[in-house]
Amino acid sequence: MEDYQDAPESTLVAALQQEDAAAFEYFVRTFGGRALAVARRYLRNSDDAEDCIQDAFLQAFRNIEKFEQRSSLATWLHRIVVNSALMKLRSQTRLAEQSIDDLLPQFDTGECRVEPSWRFDESVETLAAKGEARRHVRDAIDSLPENYRIVLLLRDIEEYRTDETAELMDMTPGSVKITLHRARSALKKKLEPLFERDGE
Amino acid sequence: MSSHRKLKSWMFKLPTMLNCAEAEELMHDHHEGDLPANRRWRLNLHLKLCRECTSYLAAYENSIALGQSAHSDVEPADDLPDDLVAKITAAREQK
Repeated sequence: MEDYQDAPESTLVAALQQEDAAAFEYFVRTFGGRALAVARRYLRNSDDAEDCIQDAFLQAFRNIEKFEQRSSLATWLHRIVVNSALMKLRSQTRLAEQSIDDLLPQFDTGECRVEPSWRFDESVETLAAKGEARRHVRDAIDSLPENYRIVLLLRDIEEYRTDETAELMDMTPGSVKITLHRARSALKKKLEPLFERDGE
Repeated sequence: MSSHRKLKSWMFKLPTMLNCAEAEELMHDHHEGDLPANRRWRLNLHLKLCRECTSYLAAYENSIALGQSAHSDVEPADDLPDDLVAKITAAREQK
């Protein structure tokens, strides 16, 4: 197999566009691990994640002719994997609405917020650098109900715009905003153990 | 209801004031930078007077940043099965 590692990416793209079998195998082996990790973000089942990247690579191959190299091959493939994962999710369920009321902000009868006072002794960067905290955050996101988790991943992690997310999720932009706000509020509730109460 | 909350509840009924539930509804757009000036002014006024909403907003924004940091890089899976690679390449050849 020709080694494309030291060659400019355009060499690999050109070989893929010429339907070179060895280039395709290199493409799958080199980008497959990353693609599988992205698929696993969305699909909790390992077989589904593998099916997803198979679909994504085949779709990439079918469309490589149109790839104009405005982004890197990795970025282009990343988006294809995300789309493929969402299609797989849609084919499985309709992402049924699940309640997260227990994780949403609380107000008293006078519409005043009931909230402890938080103190942030450690910056987000310091906290995020800790492996244990990173795992806690990822687990917290993973534990959100499906529709909230996916909208949060698309908007805050993948940085899709609201209108793009709405199109991908077959939702209205207004509904994306509400779902995202609730997902963020629920995430905040789940991350409270990482924060310190003021006065403690 | 505590006397502190009773006072706030009364104060937030004054003209141009938002109560906490109304402030909550503006927080998403505030974070996105999409609030029109008038609403931004009213939310900022509420935040100046409400310790609970200020604390909540700080925790909300830190949570978003933590989520983004925890997923800032995609660590490639180190268990890409050989048979999956073979399956994908074979599927391409069958096209």
